[in-house]
Amino acid sequence: MKIAVLSGKGGTGKTFVSVNLAEVQGHGTYVDCDVEEPNGHLFFQPVWLETDYISRKLPVIDADKCNGCRICTDFCKFNALAYIANQVLVFEEVCHSCGGCFLFCPQGAISEKDKEVGKVQYGKSLTTTVYTGTMLTKEISGIAVIDALLSKIKDIENVVIDCPPGSACSVMESIKDAHYCVLVAEPTIFGSHNLAMVHELVELYKKPYGVVLNKCIDGENPSKAYCIENGIPVLMEIPYDEKLGRYQSEGRIPAREDEEFRDMFIKLQGIIDQEVDYETAISTKW
Amino acid sequence: MKLLIPANEENIEAGICVSFGRAPYFLIWDTEKGNARFIENSGASSSGGAGIKVAQDVVDQKVDVLIVPRIGKNASDVIDASNIAIFKSINENVMETIQSMLDGKLEVLTDIHPGFHNHGDK
Repeated sequence: MKIAVLSGKGGTGKTFVSVNLAEVQGHGTYVDCDVEEPNGHLFFQPVWLETDYISRKLPVIDADKCNGCRICTDFCKFNALAYIANQVLVFEEVCHSCGGCFLFCPQGAISEKDKEVGKVQYGKSLTTTVYTGTMLTKEISGIAVIDALLSKIKDIENVVIDCPPGSACSVMESIKDAHYCVLVAEPTIFGSHNLAMVHELVELYKKPYGVVLNKCIDGENPSKAYCIENGIPVLMEIPYDEKLGRYQSEGRIPAREDEEFRDMFIKLQGIIDQEVDYETAISTKW
Repeated sequence: MKLLIPANEENIEAGICVSFGRAPYFLIWDTEKGNARFIENSGASSSGGAGIKVAQDVVDQKVDVLIVPRIGKNASDVIDASNIAIFKSINENVMETIQSMLDGKLEVLTDIHPGFHNHGDK
């Protein structure tokens, strides 16, 4: 099973939940798709065994073959091409690497070149396998790196995917292969607003999901209220705990070092397993 | 000589639009004929790269001078590749801007902003 952990905003505890959930899998795999600022490896401190450099395609124009028909500039919905003074200008930062200009050029004047956009690292931390994607500074999209990460784990079981924050393209990419989504939410009004955004996303993708309420304190919890109002299963309420804060700030994995939290995450995994079984049962067609 | 100015509305008294890529209209003023013509900005609704698309349209209009309060890097790269000069506007409205240009009060725009959509260099 592949579990994606996501949240509408940063700092709710996505990495905390995914690192510890991956840890209790035994021989599980942790995948950090938060390629703009991957940090799960800080906890796992893996021994890196392999690094792949990831690139995307950019068009290269052969001015001798170009006849100025402008099919490429008209095709480009991102406006990454312009035809000025009898030549095609390419705006590389605007290009989304769709390859359309290359396919449509009737003169065969467009070829493609590779541009490095980031890297994917593979390593081991005790019995847990760690994959981390890192996007290069100044790149505007991490999709190519996330795609490369997901292709690595295609046939692997017991995977926990740590998603980027928010509900935009990079999150959609990260959850596409997931069998179950865990939404992590904070007990604030802002937190519940962002929970609503990812809730909408997982509904749209028709993924089974549940919520982990993190950093719970006494008093009202707008995120919990949102779950009750919308009939969303609450998988677990994790208390605001100084001990956890301490582990976190020291870059340690509570589920690896502390029986109390190991039990907590084993329990969470058990609840997710039940939820998945239930989803499978009710969605079985007769 | 043909001047092109981004305008908020389709009239000669209109204010200059501060955004080049997202301006609703462009005024084209022919200094020889002394007449004005408005065109709609087809690039204004682009999801991205509006400056590039609009700059392409401006170049295709075969104007000689573009007058704007400011312009982003991608758009200015397109304009630079053509023979169009970019001048910086100092007036709030289109008519006054044409007059200032004819009086020789405008200067070539040199401060290009990096764009507001993380496309250009930071």
